[in-house]
Amino acid sequence: MTASLSKGINSFKEVIDAPIASFFSSCVHCGLCAEACLFYTTTGDPKYTPIHKLEPLRRVWQQEYTLLGKLGKMLGLSKPVTDAELAEWEPLVYDSCTMCARCAMVCPVGNDMTYMIRKMREGMAASGHAPAGLVGASTRSVEIGSPMGVRLPAVKAQMKHVQADTGIEIPLDVMGAEYMVLMSSMEIINFPEYLGAVAKIMKQAGKSWTLCSEAFEATNSGIQIGASDIARVLVQRIVDGAEKLKVKTVISPECGHAFTALRWEGPNLIGRPYTFEVLHILEVLDGFRSAGLLKTTGFEEARLTFHDPCQLVRRGGVLEQPRNLLKLVAKNYVESADHGKMNWCCGGGGGVSAIEEAEPLRLQAFKIKKTQLEETGAKTLVTACANCRIVLEEGLEHYHMNIPVVGLTEMIAAHLTQEKEAR
Amino acid sequence: MTHLDLLTFARGSALNWALMVFVAGVVLRLFEIFSLGRKPDFAKPRSNSPGSGWRTMFTRSLPAQGMMKHHAVSYISGYVFHAGLFLAIFFLAAHIAFFRSMTGLSWPNLPTPLVDASVVAAMVALGVLLAHRLNSPVKRLLSGFGDYLAWAVTLLPLLTGYMAYHHLLFEYTLMLALHLFSVELLLVVLPFTKLFHTFSLFISRWYNGDIFGRKGVAS
Repeated sequence: MTASLSKGINSFKEVIDAPIASFFSSCVHCGLCAEACLFYTTTGDPKYTPIHKLEPLRRVWQQEYTLLGKLGKMLGLSKPVTDAELAEWEPLVYDSCTMCARCAMVCPVGNDMTYMIRKMREGMAASGHAPAGLVGASTRSVEIGSPMGVRLPAVKAQMKHVQADTGIEIPLDVMGAEYMVLMSSMEIINFPEYLGAVAKIMKQAGKSWTLCSEAFEATNSGIQIGASDIARVLVQRIVDGAEKLKVKTVISPECGHAFTALRWEGPNLIGRPYTFEVLHILEVLDGFRSAGLLKTTGFEEARLTFHDPCQLVRRGGVLEQPRNLLKLVAKNYVESADHGKMNWCCGGGGGVSAIEEAEPLRLQAFKIKKTQLEETGAKTLVTACANCRIVLEEGLEHYHMNIPVVGLTEMIAAHLTQEKEAR
Repeated sequence: MTHLDLLTFARGSALNWALMVFVAGVVLRLFEIFSLGRKPDFAKPRSNSPGSGWRTMFTRSLPAQGMMKHHAVSYISGYVFHAGLFLAIFFLAAHIAFFRSMTGLSWPNLPTPLVDASVVAAMVALGVLLAHRLNSPVKRLLSGFGDYLAWAVTLLPLLTGYMAYHHLLFEYTLMLALHLFSVELLLVVLPFTKLFHTFSLFISRWYNGDIFGRKGVAS
């Protein structure tokens, strides 16, 4: 499909719904949302004010869906949205918004800017104003099966590797397994320890699980770029895989936006509820913990803190589970200021980490994370999102901070009772 | 036309017209919002946050965690202005008498000097907010004609009411007529500017609370 301004404007018109109309109607231009945005607070540049990033969408709403706006348009008094303007807005809608939704938590009139950015990106993509990095990731996802170009043989190679490492067989395409485990490409390429950790935990808990050869990738660049047609194709793969294998639960990996895509957007993308349940790996682990199926031994000695992935916590509701799990294995666990639902984003969510041009700004925005971390005095940073993890690692390296970043699932797996006994 | 004629007009047909525009405008604006509808959400909501939309309608009146210290000017001036305006509209003895003459309903009033002080506080707060709007780069970028219009039509009823009560500038009857005209101007402008947040913020807060609540994050 070729992109054009008229397609973009039509897409804007399509996505505007009652919530968006109420948000734009309510905005009093108080600017408080700026203070919640990591890009504004670290640069002081007013153009990063969240509601300002939505200005073209607001004008389309006003000109198309309000009486005064329509009159103004008829009389030629209103400023139409142009291609040049959308080009100017591209860095505001993509590079400098991680869809972290911190602004939506502080807005006095209750505007959910993230809800609107997500929808506005549909029109940006349709008008040809999506960043090249995200376009590439989306194309690879549809054509190859993963945004980083990972194919099934790479997954099989990792399965073999993990099998050799742990002595546990990694099940593939097992009909009727209780859990179907998904991964993100980041985990397949950069963090293979995730799969090993899941294998050990499932073995100890005595649960049946499987990978699926047709649906191993959980990430969904369609929801980041704002292309629901692509997002639908990617979710449908997982739904087809899960329904074919007749699994009870699909486990979203340590990846924030994959959880949003699968748990919250997926049913709406395919237009029906799922026949299976979707849980984040931390929800599964905390469920095991409360059922007494997660037996751990020993504690982490280092002072450590947890980075709440935005999509998992603020926009996903998985808030208590990581804390419950950390308490199992860490004695010296400290919370950072603004933790939990008010946590600051790593700076790379919402597809930002895939946008090359956005890197200098992202590293500048990381200063807020840096300060937040330094205040805790933590020696280890734990998180539960592979994208946060890589972005945090890059940020820490950039600022010469020697703090290892660990995935919570693998930290739990390292403390499993059977693991220690086997040594 | 005498001052009394002017006041009679202000209290009579001018008020009726203004109220008609106001009610029609509010209904139209609400229709513009709700007629856009919302797609059904097929994602299974978390069960631990029912009523989040309704709660958020009220809880959003409080500053979010950590925000007060960064934005004390906006928050404090905002509270002082809204509280002062609310007290003046609904608790001044003269206003209650006016509402009773129109609707037959009445309620206890607050001492007039207290309401007078709250009006002064509200006007000072409006002044501070305007200065902040002109000086804060973020607010300046977001502001346009509508913002300054909204500011002016909100200040005028407070100012003319204060001047009428204290017999300043013009003769009382004329000042009272001007006060009524300023209120009528506010009524006519409200539905079509950001002042419509008086109504729509309950809708936007509800949606926000509902969207977050379904995901298990009570706001």
